[in-house]
Amino acid sequence: MKIIVYGPGCARCHETERVVRHVVAQLGLAADIEKVSDYQAMAAAGVLATPAVSIDGVLKISGRIPKSEEVRGWLSPEARG
Amino acid sequence: MSAPISEQMTAGTGRSVTSLPSARRRLPRYLAACAAGLVAWVALYASLQPLARWLTFEALRLRHETHVASAVEFFVFESPKVLMLLVLIVFGVGIIRSFFTPERTRRALAGRSESVGNILAALLGIVTPFCSCSAVPLFIGFVTAGVPLGVTFSFLVSAPMVNEVAVVLLFGLFGWKVAGLYAGTGVLIAILSGWTIGRLRLEGYVEDWVFETRAVETGIDEERLEWADRLEAGWRAMKDIVGKVWPYVLIGIAVGAAIHGYVPENFMASIMGKSAWWSVPVAVLIGIPMYSNAAGIIPVVQALLGKGAALGTVLAFMMAVIGLSLPETIILRRVLKPTLIAVFVGVVGTGILLVGYVFNVLF
Repeated sequence: MKIIVYGPGCARCHETERVVRHVVAQLGLAADIEKVSDYQAMAAAGVLATPAVSIDGVLKISGRIPKSEEVRGWLSPEARG
Repeated sequence: MSAPISEQMTAGTGRSVTSLPSARRRLPRYLAACAAGLVAWVALYASLQPLARWLTFEALRLRHETHVASAVEFFVFESPKVLMLLVLIVFGVGIIRSFFTPERTRRALAGRSESVGNILAALLGIVTPFCSCSAVPLFIGFVTAGVPLGVTFSFLVSAPMVNEVAVVLLFGLFGWKVAGLYAGTGVLIAILSGWTIGRLRLEGYVEDWVFETRAVETGIDEERLEWADRLEAGWRAMKDIVGKVWPYVLIGIAVGAAIHGYVPENFMASIMGKSAWWSVPVAVLIGIPMYSNAAGIIPVVQALLGKGAALGTVLAFMMAVIGLSLPETIILRRVLKPTLIAVFVGVVGTGILLVGYVFNVLF
């Protein structure tokens, strides 16, 4: 599973990365978490507002910090099929 | 009612819907809290004046007609008043913003003819959630999806300049006329400077790689929000914004209180008054490299206006600081060639300059 956190390096982007890492660690998942701050890569992924998070290429949130429960929801077995 | 459909979508597709399942159970509780909060707000707001008088003259036992009493009364009345207005409006605007996303705004603007596009972009700039740290991805996303360059600029000018914090603070401290003039001329500058940039055909001065990027529709904005989510969005915006700006507001009002009580009026009149024609360009030139949010600039605005500086000069300064800033132009340099940056700053700066002069003539 590949999780990408998009953000140019603002405080809200760091907070987003922290939330994602925290939830992944809590669930004990093996996920490859990457922080992307390159604008071209962001644009290519369709990100218009940061912070944004994608999981396996699907954009999950854009423009705000996710709540832990939201991240947990994206990573739950039901959501991932 | 859209609620049942959106729940089906959530369950059926398991897509990017972040609406938590308990949204409809949360709503009654939220509505009750809103109603109670609103009643408390109105009651408190209505009693601010007597409370301030009581605090100044009974609790602190300050003597009437003294400088210190006048300053203290001003502070203990104005600061809760402005903070309360801010809480209410930012909460409301946060709810309104939950209906708009950058993706939806982009779809509304893509392929629009100019003129109409410029007007729409300037207006959408007010209500679309936007943070200047997202200016570059947003710019790329807009122009690659077929939003004309000038229309994109109308959005980028209006989004930071005309915001609820600036308007509420101006309204609370200087009245609805100043607030309305600021918002109205801010939108006008955004429309006209974007239109001008569009006429100049400067697409060649956008960095080449920008147009090589393919626009992607992510469908992230298909997310259906429940009313509970929207109230939460308003609450979040209120906590975020008011949590950040309250110290500036208090400093601004303290400065205002000191001026109110002590400093003679017309102290600044000779330097920044109406008769000093050169004060407007100087204010704009000083304002451009400075960066501050709307709240941070309020103490300065308060001090200048209180000491007799002309309204147009001060508003021009405020617009230059908020609407045109060095950090933002540095960020935009990633996607714009220097010529286009210079044109952008020049065109918007000229608009602000004109607004400054017009106000100074009218008031």
